Amino acid sequence: MTALFFKELSDHFGRRRFALLLGLVALGLVWGAFVDLGQLASSGRQFFFLDVFRTTAGVPISLLSFLSFFGPVIGIALGFDAINGERTQGTLARLLAQPLHRDSVYNAKFLAAILTLALVVASMMIVVIGLTMFRMGIAPTGEEVIRLVGLGLVTTAYLAFWLALAITASVLFRNTVTSALASIGLWFALGFLITLLGGVLADRVVPDIETADDAVRHVNIESWANRVSPSGLYSEATSILLDPIGGRALNLFTIEQGRLEGLLSTPVSAAQSLQLVWPHIVVLVGMIAILLAASYVRFMREEIRA
Amino acid sequence: MSTAGPLIEAQGLTKRYGAFTAVDGIDLTIGEGEVFGFLGPNGSGKSTSILMMLGLTEPTDGTVRVCGHDPSRNPLAVKRQVGYLPESVGFYGDMTGAQNLRFTAELNGIPRRDAEPRIAELLDTVELEDAANQPVGQYSRGMRQRLGLADVLLKQPRLVILDDPTLGLDPAGIVWLLGIIEELSARQGIAVFLSSHQLQEVQRVCHRVGIMSHGKLVLEGTVAALTAQTDAGGFRITLKVEGANAALDTALAALPSVREATRSGIDVVIESDEDVRAAAAAAVHEHGSRLLEMRANDRTLEDIYLRYFQEAVA
Repeated sequence: MTALFFKELSDHFGRRRFALLLGLVALGLVWGAFVDLGQLASSGRQFFFLDVFRTTAGVPISLLSFLSFFGPVIGIALGFDAINGERTQGTLARLLAQPLHRDSVYNAKFLAAILTLALVVASMMIVVIGLTMFRMGIAPTGEEVIRLVGLGLVTTAYLAFWLALAITASVLFRNTVTSALASIGLWFALGFLITLLGGVLADRVVPDIETADDAVRHVNIESWANRVSPSGLYSEATSILLDPIGGRALNLFTIEQGRLEGLLSTPVSAAQSLQLVWPHIVVLVGMIAILLAASYVRFMREEIRA
Repeated sequence: MSTAGPLIEAQGLTKRYGAFTAVDGIDLTIGEGEVFGFLGPNGSGKSTSILMMLGLTEPTDGTVRVCGHDPSRNPLAVKRQVGYLPESVGFYGDMTGAQNLRFTAELNGIPRRDAEPRIAELLDTVELEDAANQPVGQYSRGMRQRLGLADVLLKQPRLVILDDPTLGLDPAGIVWLLGIIEELSARQGIAVFLSSHQLQEVQRVCHRVGIMSHGKLVLEGTVAALTAQTDAGGFRITLKVEGANAALDTALAALPSVREATRSGIDVVIESDEDVRAAAAAAVHEHGSRLLEMRANDRTLEDIYLRYFQEAVA
């Protein structure tokens, strides 16, 4: 399995998809260079290195929104032809005629792609943080470092979800184009449609917002719909991690509660934020596990015809 | 490794896809070092049988044991000892021929220092030493097929399963491939299980053949034994004789086992149960005629071909 793992890894970093991966790191470079740090600094915020990822000052869209919208493309690109690509090439039968288990083929491909994603996410973040340090001459605090590591993990898990989705499509569909299109279709459905439908549903259930109670119900329906969507989960998790003050307010109810108790003006600790995002990570990993289990069962019992 | 027991042993092996029966209860035994021709027209269930032998698909019914192991339960034990060349073999197009083989060696856990000389030797055997460092994407079909053969032999198998290896090869390529197969069996004692829809081309290298038709193994045995099994068996011997006469015609017709001898001009056709070429030549000589040419056709193989192979086309 290690032989296959390293071959896959070198494939990802080889010429095939290098441009796309490099593009993400280059993007970090551009963002790191163009974010208007002066504006950020003058706003007097406490968590400078976290804000760099969230700000739209000097750039068209925040780095975080960019990752949330287009990260899926990278996950899908690394996985959509994982199995059916080998099949079309005629290498799958030859590969499985060698003394290695079928699940090794599957695992090696998934793990190599995950490691690739993690390395790309880490490089991009390091580029952004490094450039910011260089331009401002300050270093991130321990608190910020913990939150940034958390961001790296959540981002990797988020991209891994789309990777798992694409690998599943590559097992289910014989044609690489079909699996790519199916993955992109699901990206739209899970990434955007659910959020829109959540809004429609909330409007239906709570048509007139008259009392504070109505408002809370409305927002609750919306945020639950969001939590079915991996993109929704990702934005919620990242706002908790990167915004220690406002981010823990998961819905109106907690905002109200927080205001009453006078807690909202003080930031929560990194440990508390991590505790808050834990469910999001578990749900993302659970979604990945369900997808992988489905395609795994299918792949293990499948007939491998050359 | 035990040498006792057959390399392939199938009993009532069956594969159904819904209502369609692709392989219908075949029984087969292949021994050590044997070259077995698994013949039949396209769609007769050859490839599906092979997939079951390698655990690449599960039998619906019946059992198969390869090198003493059940391929669906214990695929690794089978795949360590068996080389399989799929019907249309593929390689990683952006890697060179040598790199592809190196990868196979790694997958088989062959240490680097053992693998390198073996790869060089095999590339030499399949006459790809000049193309070794070219990306496989630039290979022709014949070259890929030859690389496939090297790939299969890399693990030093006891048994090699070749699924329609002559497909897409030119006549010279087929002769070359059959030569290699003969050599594998004779020199290295590797058993070869060879599937093909080209009965006449491959039968000369096979110790034994099995003929598949509509999922069933309809005939099985040595080519000589098949001759005996088929009613319409026998030989058709054609001669060209200069100065033939009526006395010769009578003498030829009177040879043992001859059913019929007919002549028109210098062409003589003898239908017989056994090969009477030597006796016929002697008769021609005795009657003062000169033998210009003589040929014997194996009627059985022709009949088999017509009965089982061409019906699939019709």
